[in-house]
This record gives sequence, C-alpha cells and structure tokens, in this order.
Amino acid sequence: MPWLIGLIVFTLGPFIASLYLSFTDWRILGAPKWIGFDNYERILTADPLFRKTLANTVYYAIFHVIGVNVVALALAQLLNQKLRGFVLFRTLFYLPTVTSGVATALVFSLMFNGNTGIINAVLRIFGIKGPNWLFSETWTMPALITISIWDLGVPMLIYLAALQNVPVELGEAALIDGANRWQRFRSVLLPLISPTIFFNVMVSVIGSFKVFTLAKVITEGGPANSTLFYVLYLYRQAFESLRMGYATALGWILFLIIFALSALQIYASRRWVYYESGDNV
Amino acid sequence: MSTASIVGTPVAPDKRGHPTKTRLGRAFLYALAIFLGFIFVMPFLWMVMTSLKSRGELNLFPPTLWPIVWSPSNYLRIWAVQNFGQFLINSTVYSVGAVIGTVVSSTLAAYGFARLKFWGREVLFIVLLGTLMLPSQVLLIPQYILFRELGWLDSLKPLVVPTFFGNPFYIFLIRQFLRGLPTSLEEAAVLDGANHWQIFWRIMVPLSKPIIVTVAAFSFVTHWNDYFGPLIYLRNPSRMTASVGLLLFRGDPETVVSWVMAAAVITVIPVVLVFMWTQKYYVQSVASTGGKG
Repeated sequence: MPWLIGLIVFTLGPFIASLYLSFTDWRILGAPKWIGFDNYERILTADPLFRKTLANTVYYAIFHVIGVNVVALALAQLLNQKLRGFVLFRTLFYLPTVTSGVATALVFSLMFNGNTGIINAVLRIFGIKGPNWLFSETWTMPALITISIWDLGVPMLIYLAALQNVPVELGEAALIDGANRWQRFRSVLLPLISPTIFFNVMVSVIGSFKVFTLAKVITEGGPANSTLFYVLYLYRQAFESLRMGYATALGWILFLIIFALSALQIYASRRWVYYESGDNV
Repeated sequence: MSTASIVGTPVAPDKRGHPTKTRLGRAFLYALAIFLGFIFVMPFLWMVMTSLKSRGELNLFPPTLWPIVWSPSNYLRIWAVQNFGQFLINSTVYSVGAVIGTVVSSTLAAYGFARLKFWGREVLFIVLLGTLMLPSQVLLIPQYILFRELGWLDSLKPLVVPTFFGNPFYIFLIRQFLRGLPTSLEEAAVLDGANHWQIFWRIMVPLSKPIIVTVAAFSFVTHWNDYFGPLIYLRNPSRMTASVGLLLFRGDPETVVSWVMAAAVITVIPVVLVFMWTQKYYVQSVASTGGKG
C-alpha cells in the first residue's frame, strides 16, 4: 500500500513536525528554538495583523458564502427548467470553475481597472462614476468577492442534482392548495434541499477561509492591508519573513477555526436542516 | 429520470394537465439564460479580445470590446518575451506526471480499501477521512522543509512525487465506486485461479473506467491550474509552470496586457478541452460526490 507510506512520510510525519514547530522560534537557518506557547500568545494578544487578516477573511467569507450559494441555487433552478439547449448553459456556467485562478484573477483585474476597465465603462452608461476598484480600501474587497462568485460550478451542479431529486408531486400538491410560486419555493423546495444547502455552505465556508490566489495575484493584500487574507498572511510569515515557527502556529489556529466553525454549523444545522428519513446525510 | 421539479417554475408540466409553460414564459427563460450566459462568458471574451488588441488600444476609455486593429501577432511575441514554451512543457510534465501518479496510486489504494481484507482496515479508512479535514496549511511548512532537505526545491519533484502516494479524496471517490460494483465477476475469477493482481487489472480497472476518467480529469485540471505549489517550490524562471509563469509577463520589462492575456488564453485552452472532452463523466461525479474541479 503506497498510500500508507505516503501517509506516514507526507502527512503523519509533517503533522507531528508541524505541531512541534508551532512551539518554536525558527527562521529556517539554525535549529528551531523551543519557546513554549509564545507564538500562540503573540498571535492572539499582540499581533494586530492577525486580527486584521481574520476580520478581512470573515468579511470575505460572509459575502462570498451568501453570494455563491444564492447565485448557484438560482442558476441551478434555471437549468432545472429543462428547456432544450440548457445543457449548453450548464457547460457555460461551469467553465469558470476549471479555469486557472491566476488567469481569472488577471482578466478580472483588467475588467475592474478604474480607468480602462469595462465595469466602469458599463456603469458610466447608467451615469454612475465607478470607483477605482482595486486601489480603494473600501471597494477592493467587494470587487474580490464579486470575482470569487464567478467560480460556482461545483455548488451549482450539486444544487441541480438535488433539485432533480425533488418529487414533482409535492410541488403539485402545494399548487392545488393554492400556494404561490414564492410559497412553494420557501415552504416546499427549500426544506427538501436543506441538506444540500447545508453541505454547500459548509464547503464554501471552509473554502473562504483558505482564499489566497485572488488576493495574491490582484492586490498583494493591499491597499493598506484591506485584502490581506489569513492564508496570504501565513504565506508571508513563512516564505517572506521566514518565520517558520510562527507561520506554523498560524496554520494550527486556522485548523482550529475551521474545526470550530464546522462543529458550530453541524450543531446549528439541527435547527434548520430537514432530513426526510431522519438519518441520511 | 422520472421526477422533475416544478416547484418554483412558472407553471407545471403539460402532460399532467396543468397550464402549459407558455411561449412567453419560455422566451423569458431563454432570455434570462442568455443574459446570464453572457455575463459568465464576458471574462473569457474580454481575455480573448484584449489578447488581440494593438498596444495603442489598451488604455482607451471607454474601452473597446472589439479590437480596432487586430493584432494576432501578440500570440507570436509572447514566446520571445518570456520562456513561455518552457512553462507549457513544465506544466505538461507536472500535470501528466501527477495524473499518472494520482490515478495509479489512488486506484490501487481504493481497491485495497474496497476489496481486500486486512488488519486495521477500518481504522485506516477513518484516518484517511480525517486527513481530508486537515487544512494543507498545517502541513505546508514541514513538507517544504522535507523537500528542501532532499534537495528537491526548484524542481517539479515536490509537486509530482507526492501524487504517487495517493490522494485521500480520490481514494474515497474510487472506493465508493468500487463498492457499488457486483462481486460476482471477481468470485468467478477467483474460481478460475486469478490472483488479486489479475483481478485488479483484468476486472476492476476496465469496469471502473468512468471513475478513473473522472479522477484523471479532476487531477489534470487541479494540477494544471495549481498556483500555490509552484509558487513556493519553483524559483528559477526556466522551471516555472504556466500558472505561475503567467505572472512573469507583468512588469518584465513592462506590462503589455495584450501579451498577458494572450498567454492566459493559451494557458486556459488545455483545461477547457479536457473538461469538454470528459464532461459527461465529470458533471455526474461532481453532482453525486461534491467533487472539486
């Protein structure tokens, strides 16, 4: 079983080493120096950038998760109308997902360019003077969030599969009872696909805490650290400041945050996720 | 599939005697789909159009979508500006190597988990699922140090070699597929005296074609687009893959965005082709497993 060797060499070994390193001061040269909980203490109490990056990441996560899930569900609902030729649109909506994140980031940075970009050109048609998107502390984050929503192929397909499994009869029964379109959507469809919503929300929350490429390529965390995300900060600590111990501790805190958020969501899901048979996920 | 959702649709399906989907309703849905499709295609369109513009057109406002002067020569220039051909070769070596590594090792491990009985199998499987939960950032630095100690930095080895040890997500995916296959064929093969190796090659692999194609396509796309790995392991421009090499077009010696976009178009084409080609399998797997693409 080569996987077993891989597990030990590339996962288990690094896992233990990582735990150890997070308690050391190590700048890659020389030997790691054991400093106990100092890294963690500094991160949690004396690192303003940690707080800044966490706040940025949460800001991004909230709007990214809502945006991606609402748009993906809406597109899935549209595709589920099963009109001729809609398979083509399914392909079209999925294409951004297989596109290189770097290429995506590069083309969007042109489109959002304040002086020559198409976004501001379109806004001008409506008489709006667009901001200098990528150089404004206020507008860069909304721009990045908008760009991130373009990549929604995976949740869209998962929603589509879920919608296709909703029995026709339920909608018909509601129709006969006089439910309008919104009521049918809100009271019949949403509860039935709530396990899928739960799954997609979980995945997108975890994904947004790991966001990296967009900010690295488009903004380098700027302007004024307004888009410095958690993983970008970790990357800088490790590979620009060469503070390996500190960066590793940041990695463990990220793990704990993701773990806690997942646990919280699983707990909260008992209130709103409806399982037909009570036990399947 | 016999079931279809009508919830939230304008009207119910015709055959059931409900009001039919009106022509107007259909036209509206098509219009909506075309509008949204246009928004989704816009960045691709912008990429291609910008790559064909002449330099004087790049700073116009409002910008032109359609180039005034078509300059396909941008596509010739980029090979000389950066070592773009080498980037593409490196990307190909990385992606193809990683696909082979991932498919072979993950299929073997999945077969083990699905069919072989060995001591500790259940525990190991839970460990496997556990590693899926772990963010890669936790392991990042020790792995980096390991490859540094091995003298593998600035080569494709740290990117390709680990794929030969299996990917937990794909192992899980293939195992689920294998468990859905009937065991009667294997039992017949065992009666004929086949060993595990023969069963694996002659029976499991041919039957698993759909899932193997899916995993191969997933991993090609993932590795071709990989940015983080090449970013930290590769330094020398001659070693770069296309995904990181694209960025070298910025500001060296000056940023000509039409060149950047021409290189981006060429970088995007292979994955789009692979996706189109394997779409049938791909879409099914994403939908049923929540795969990453």
